[in-house]
Formats: sequence, C-alpha cells, structure tokens
Amino acid sequence: MSIRILRPGLLTTVQDFGRHGHQHVGLCPGGAMDVVSLTLANALVGNPPGAAALEITVIGPELRFEHDTLVALCGAEFKGGFPHNRPMLVRAGETLPVGRATRGARAYLAVASGLAIEPVLGSCSTYLPGRFGGFEGRALRHGDVLAPNEDVSRERFAALKRKNGASVRWSAPPLTLPDREPIVVHAIEGQHHGLFDSAAQRAFYDTVWRVSPESNRMGFRLGGPPLSREAGEEILSGPTCLGSVQVPPSGVPIALMADHQTTGGYPRIAEIAAADVPRVAQLA
Amino acid sequence: MVPLGDLAAYVEFSRTLDLEVNSVAQRLAAAIVARAVPGIRDVVPALGGVALHFDPGFVGDVRETAAALVETCMKKGLPDADDLGRRIEVPVCYDAEFALDLAEVAEKTKLSAEDVVRRHAAGQYRVLMVGFAPGHPYIGGLDQKLAVPRRAAPRALVPAGSVAIANQQTVVYPYAISGGWNVIGRTPLAAFDSTRLVPSMFAPGDRVVFRPISRRVFQELLEHP
Repeated sequence: MSIRILRPGLLTTVQDFGRHGHQHVGLCPGGAMDVVSLTLANALVGNPPGAAALEITVIGPELRFEHDTLVALCGAEFKGGFPHNRPMLVRAGETLPVGRATRGARAYLAVASGLAIEPVLGSCSTYLPGRFGGFEGRALRHGDVLAPNEDVSRERFAALKRKNGASVRWSAPPLTLPDREPIVVHAIEGQHHGLFDSAAQRAFYDTVWRVSPESNRMGFRLGGPPLSREAGEEILSGPTCLGSVQVPPSGVPIALMADHQTTGGYPRIAEIAAADVPRVAQLA
Repeated sequence: MVPLGDLAAYVEFSRTLDLEVNSVAQRLAAAIVARAVPGIRDVVPALGGVALHFDPGFVGDVRETAAALVETCMKKGLPDADDLGRRIEVPVCYDAEFALDLAEVAEKTKLSAEDVVRRHAAGQYRVLMVGFAPGHPYIGGLDQKLAVPRRAAPRALVPAGSVAIANQQTVVYPYAISGGWNVIGRTPLAAFDSTRLVPSMFAPGDRVVFRPISRRVFQELLEHP
C-alpha cells in the first residue's frame, strides 16, 4: 500500500493536531499550521479530523502510489495538476507531482484511514527542533516510503456520489486562502501592551504587516515599523501561546506559530486569535 | 488574571524573580492539575505565575473560568512545597574540556576555578520553570557569590548537556543550540528524550543536586545512560 516520495518538495512533514499536555516541560503542541485545512482534507477522505497527513510547504512533493489510494489536498493551491479540495482516487502505479504553490503557502494531503505513523508522546506530528515524531523526526526525503493505516480507499471512493472519473464533480471551498490581501486578523491585547508607547500601540493596529521570508514553523517575523518600548527593566520570562506576538529589543514583532517556544522573555504586545492562525499560516 | 490569547489565561503574582512566589505558583499549578478540570489541556507554572491553556472546544469564558479556579484552589489551601517534585541528581563533569567559561567566571567572581566548582556542586537547587526548549530547566538557588551576567556575545553553538550559569540561575542545555549563559560543565545525561516514559529529566518543583564526576565516569554514563 506504499506511497513513495520521489521528490520531497521544500518542506513536507507528517502532521496531525499535535501533542498536548507537555507545555510545563517546555514542549509545545506543534502539529499542523493550518488546522482548518487539515480537518477539511481528512473529512474529504472519511478520516477523523486529526488523522496524520502530509503538510506540504510552498513547493510540493512528487509521489508515487503503489496501490489505489483515496486522497484529498486542501489549503494552498498548487499547480501540479492535482485536484484540490475534493477526494480523488489515485490509481496503483500513478505518479503525482503536487507542484509549486500559486496561492497560499501550505496544503495538507490526507489519505483514507490516515498515514501509518508510530505516535510519539501521543501524536504523529513531527517536532523538527527536537527531531522526533512524524517520519523519523524529520522532513521527508527522496526514497522515503509511507503507507496508510488500512486498505479502505476503493471502498470509500465507491461510496462517493456524483463521481467524475477518478474524482467527483463537487469540491469544498478553500476556507483559509485570502480573497485579497491584506488579510484582517483578530488580536487580543497582550499582557505587555501597556509597556509600549502610544505610537507603537497605534502602529501595531494600523500597520499592514508583511510576513518576512525569514519565517518558519516556530515563528513569523513581521516586517513594518519597529515598535518601540518605553525603556524599562527586562520582563520576567513568562508563558507564551500559539499566536503570541513578541517584540524583541530590535522592535521587529514575531508571531509565534506551531513549533513555538513555550516560554519567552520578550514582551508580548498581543495574541492573534486562535481561529485566525490558520489564515496567517497561509501567508508564508 | 490576564488573557493569553483567547484560549489561555495567565495569573502573574510577581514581575520580578522571587523564589517564594515561584514556589506558590508551583503549588497552585499542582492544585489545579489535581482537579483534572475537563477542557484544560496544559497547566504551566512559569517563573512568577501560572498559565492555563484550554481546549479549543471549551465552551465558556476562559479568563473567568481560570480566575474562579485559581480562587477556589487558593481558598482550599495548596499542597506543601515538600510534597511536590522529586529529587534529581545530575552528574556533571566540570573538567576544562567541558567547562568552556569557567576561567572567565572565576575571574569575574574573584574566586579560584576550584572554588567556583565546589560552590556550584554544593548548592541546594530547585527547578523554577522548564521552558525555552523541551526539558530545558531554569534552576534557582545559585550561590550569591557565583552571580555573573550572561555573556556579552552568545556562543553560536553550546554543546548538548552543557551546564551553564547566569544571574541567579543554572540551566542545562537539552541539545546544541546558541546560548549566552556561562558554561561551567557538562552532564552526560539527556535532559529530554522523547522515547523515555518520562521524557523530561526536569519538572517544575524538582529539587536538584549536581554531583561532580570524572571524565572517565562521564564517558561511561554517556555510553550507558
């Protein structure tokens, strides 16, 4: 039932909803950057919402399927010819390139019954900084082989209505891709909001921030005016959360993403609402 | 109680490092964990307070629920500090090969290198918080005479297992990473191992002792943990 990686793409990792309950020992939940698209992809192949899938980033992999496999790709749009946002039965022996993203940054490739991955600390997610979880704790490479948990693809595809060849006539809407930019993101005032001068506070909410290319699963650097803080003592290291916007002395805000540090010593001006993190994750 | 986004809340008791306050925070965290409240996924004692992280499916006001929970626990009385945490013994080799900044620390503190090591190993410590990386402890109780600031320029790569001091704390690096603390030794044990039943060697509230070992014992423990 194997799925062979011919070309790995830019950063392709196994992800699910992450591992919870370990933040007190410094391990963040991790998991999919865009949980909405992961949920949708899993729904389209009949999986529970958090089944292990491939998180694909900007340049997608090329995969060969050795058995008939029901898959769905949701999130960013890629130009390899892979149908998006709908279930598709890939035939035994077929090779599929995902291609390069044309809209958005991340997509999830779910397979019927989920990827067969040994869980670590209760999750199949890949924690890259610690090199554990997922597929050998790392991004996928040429020659890697994965498999779904069970052989249910043909039976699930057979049950689908309004089929059209190997796929269906309907599709789900892309829920996290922007219609236009800039996207509006909701924020909750952070614990240290008051430590910033009023010009900085205004700038935080008035600026159209640009997610810098030096962004990754740990955090997104935001390009715009530096946010200055009234000089004072260093703040005491405290807890952070997904979406926390920290401002180091440089004044460049960093929005913490899936693989974030659980504590930090930089002031937090705001937190991005959890429901908006998936949309932010599509920006870089 | 301040919001920490819309799925978490944080109660901060002190804005500066205070070991008494930190102990209260840890006892409060233990009391909350013991209540096993459905919807709370993580209880994180930090240096000066406690954060509660909720499940996205939680229906209710996160901040109000957190505040009420903290109030209830404080009223009912918190567990004793002595009943929290375990005693952790950390073997450390303070040899020059591993003690990258020992000479500098000796100079800054006007002590001999042997004195620095002796004072460090004689200390009674407590884990104040685990954060920055999985298994990375912030350990309080450092001898006042060993108080040195962080290095002016952080090291690009501090070797895994390095034991380092700055301000009033000791840290142990769980893996090689850039860092600005003053490295005075190295432990052969892994601070974090995802395959262990209890992956993190350190948890908030643990009492820590550092046991000096020779290079030879270091090598043995490295090969047979």
